[in-house]
Amino acid sequence: MVAMNMVAPPPDLAIISALQTKLVNALRPILPEDGLLWEPEDTIPYECDGLAAYRRMPLAVALPETEAQVSEILKICHAMTIPVVPRGSGTGLSGGAMPIAQGLVLSLAKLKKIVSIDPFTRTAVVQPGVRNLAISEAVAHLGLYYAPDPSSQIACSIGGNVNENSGGVHCLKYGLTLQNVLRVRAVLMNGEIVEFGGLAPDAPGLDLMSVMIGSEGMLAVVTEVTVKLVPKPKLARVIMASFDDIEKGGNAVAAIIAAGIIPAGLEMMDKATTRAVEEFVHAGYDLDAEAILLCESDGTPEEVAEEIERMTEVLKKSGASGIQISRDESERLKFWSGRKNAFPAAGRLAADYYCMDGTIPRRHIATLLKRIQGMEKKYGLGCLNVFHAGDGNMHPLILFNGADQDEWHRAEDFGSEILEACVELGGTITGEHGVGIEKINTMCIQFGEGERESFWGVKSAFDPDKLLNPDKAIPTLNRCAEYGRMRVSKGILPHPELERF
Amino acid sequence: MGSSDSQQQIDSFRKQILEAAKTKTPLSIEGGGTKTWYGNNNQFAKLSTKNYSGILDYQPEELVITACAGTPLREIEQVLAEKNQMLAFEPPHFGEQATLGGAIAAGLAGPARISVGNLRDFVLGARIMDGKGQDLSFGGKVMKNVAGYDVSRLMPGSLGTLALILEASVKVLPKPAASSSIRCQITQAAALQSLNKSAGQPLPLSASCWIGANQADSFGELTIRMAGAEAAVYAAKVSLCSSLNAKELDSQEAETFWTQLREQQLSAFINLQADETLYRLALPAACGPLDLGNVGNISSEIILEWHGQERWIKGPSDDATFAALKQLANAHGGHAMRFRQGAKVNPANQRFTLLSEQTHSQALEPIQARLRASFDPSGVFATNRLP
Repeated sequence: MVAMNMVAPPPDLAIISALQTKLVNALRPILPEDGLLWEPEDTIPYECDGLAAYRRMPLAVALPETEAQVSEILKICHAMTIPVVPRGSGTGLSGGAMPIAQGLVLSLAKLKKIVSIDPFTRTAVVQPGVRNLAISEAVAHLGLYYAPDPSSQIACSIGGNVNENSGGVHCLKYGLTLQNVLRVRAVLMNGEIVEFGGLAPDAPGLDLMSVMIGSEGMLAVVTEVTVKLVPKPKLARVIMASFDDIEKGGNAVAAIIAAGIIPAGLEMMDKATTRAVEEFVHAGYDLDAEAILLCESDGTPEEVAEEIERMTEVLKKSGASGIQISRDESERLKFWSGRKNAFPAAGRLAADYYCMDGTIPRRHIATLLKRIQGMEKKYGLGCLNVFHAGDGNMHPLILFNGADQDEWHRAEDFGSEILEACVELGGTITGEHGVGIEKINTMCIQFGEGERESFWGVKSAFDPDKLLNPDKAIPTLNRCAEYGRMRVSKGILPHPELERF
Repeated sequence: MGSSDSQQQIDSFRKQILEAAKTKTPLSIEGGGTKTWYGNNNQFAKLSTKNYSGILDYQPEELVITACAGTPLREIEQVLAEKNQMLAFEPPHFGEQATLGGAIAAGLAGPARISVGNLRDFVLGARIMDGKGQDLSFGGKVMKNVAGYDVSRLMPGSLGTLALILEASVKVLPKPAASSSIRCQITQAAALQSLNKSAGQPLPLSASCWIGANQADSFGELTIRMAGAEAAVYAAKVSLCSSLNAKELDSQEAETFWTQLREQQLSAFINLQADETLYRLALPAACGPLDLGNVGNISSEIILEWHGQERWIKGPSDDATFAALKQLANAHGGHAMRFRQGAKVNPANQRFTLLSEQTHSQALEPIQARLRASFDPSGVFATNRLP
């Protein structure tokens, strides 16, 4: 596995074994018997998260059942200066939950109760291990739901969402995790319990919840979250528009927004993607189109009718060569099916694919797509382009064969050129997958030394001894030479049953 | 502003900051000077951002505007209005000269906050200068960005106590296709019930305000604004008018009302006596009418915004009254502050609820102190304007 050269040389086994015994002996008295794992056959499922190319075995895995246990575990590790990697469902795509060789993995999976639901105040209090979709399912009978819907929502946990500031297809209209969470209760590395935000607006002091959300498990361990619930739209319909030119498609995205419309979802696929997925899902996509846009409206039936009409008009004016509007829910899902299956479709085209996650200003979508076309020739590799076009978040899938060292290196260079182009066009290296271990080196492209030093200042303010997930997200000076990324080996994804992106 | 002028401004900020760092004397950052009364008293040497003004980038289809800290809010709002867009969180100006930097540092949002979110939700990126004179950029101009900690969002509401805001990128939204405001007479308890119930329905509720005497059963005036698609606003208006026995306001009257509410120019806000304080209570949605019986000689009139999550009360300025209000708010899961003080009230009064005064936030105090020390080791911004 090519990416494994990232991992540091193995430390002395005898030292590790002694440390492991010490840690296990210290944690045993406070955890139930099945709440502490250290035998390799038990800890191997924790060696990686959704980014399977990066693996490492931890000293041990703790699975507490209460906040008090979380606090005790952290106090012990703090006293022993053992680093801790918090873990939710392990669906993250940037290696944020990859273990540290001389550290503990702290799984929050057993804290999975929905503590309370209040339809009057439109809030739910949940433990971190509760799955994202489980919240919406639990409140569906009240006509409410939890808005952020990352594609892995069937499996990913709310604690993980808080740590990644997860979005989803609908975040253009409904916001990210930050905008949908009122209060986060967490335990600091020293075992102290803290609360960020609150049920009342504008909690006193600096807005520390803003840095806590999206902190990739580096600031505190989440033990309870109060989320906002919003009324479920009565209806959703989607327009599928074809364009004979990528530039026209990109401009149509900008035109929709400029017309004062905020679609519930606005997604784009290029021709290569459309062809790959059509073979897979038979959604009836226009195979001659250079770009296909999916543009969704939700709300009351009156609202949707009004908005669909306005959207259709803008799309026609932007030069759409074909327009289809979903007539019912099953057709809406059919139109979406290809977009949601872009990843497995890519897996059928090549042995491996490498997914990027940059974000760019919308007006540069066509520019970037044209540049990527040039890079395909330059590196001699194909690329499928799927976009959360509404917010400029793109997921180019670079196709390659990992068995061929040269192809992998070309894919690496291809990917870095895309990310550099994103930064150059005024965007960012990661829109939603997080930095984790994967993009830790590309952080050096996006941020200067001063900014990175400030990030370490934030880290130290919460965790002065730098024990909480310390090797993720923020590169040290030394790191800024290295390189890492996501690749999917032999088309095998961990959690293949999940929809992706 | 030309780029050389702009660099000169940045250099002069750096010079002032480094000098202050050397002498360890704090600086009071000021934009248009419209909110100098807000927050704890701080009268140190002034660092003015007023001349660092200008819109740097505005692409309507990107829904983002980037401007220098000293750019007047009204200039920004006017430029946005030309493209039928707006700052959806409706920041209060509190004066003609209000600036973008000041609005962000104050972190205040207007009536629409209950439906669109607070100012912080809209900040996408910021260029700041820390207490070491470092020129730093965080976040960016795109909605989705998870690279590094969200440091730009530490600026809203920080009242100049962390770093100097040089420039900011703020998300903007299209103006709603339609809006309508309705008004009815209703008790506070019934208003709170009705607003929270409506907020759980797919209705285009945008803002609310109830003004009346603070007793659960006294009638007051409830004004509700709806905004969104034509059809949705029309349907909601018909339904709420009938269930609340309300009447629609004419659009001019409605606009004046919401602007005056945002700017605190309604009669209930003005005429603050020289020895009085305007208190602001922030409360959870579940909080019904407050029992102010034990708070002493408090004004009978109360203003509720944000479906009751923000409440304004005038009263005596003494510490006992503030303590009683803090305790009352805290008991309901909220907090209280001295928002505005009359001319004769002791300016040295602590205006805020302290982190140490709430059990669940005590542990945040050392984090906040370390965070400030890391951005500002010499105390250039240590004005204590926000404790």
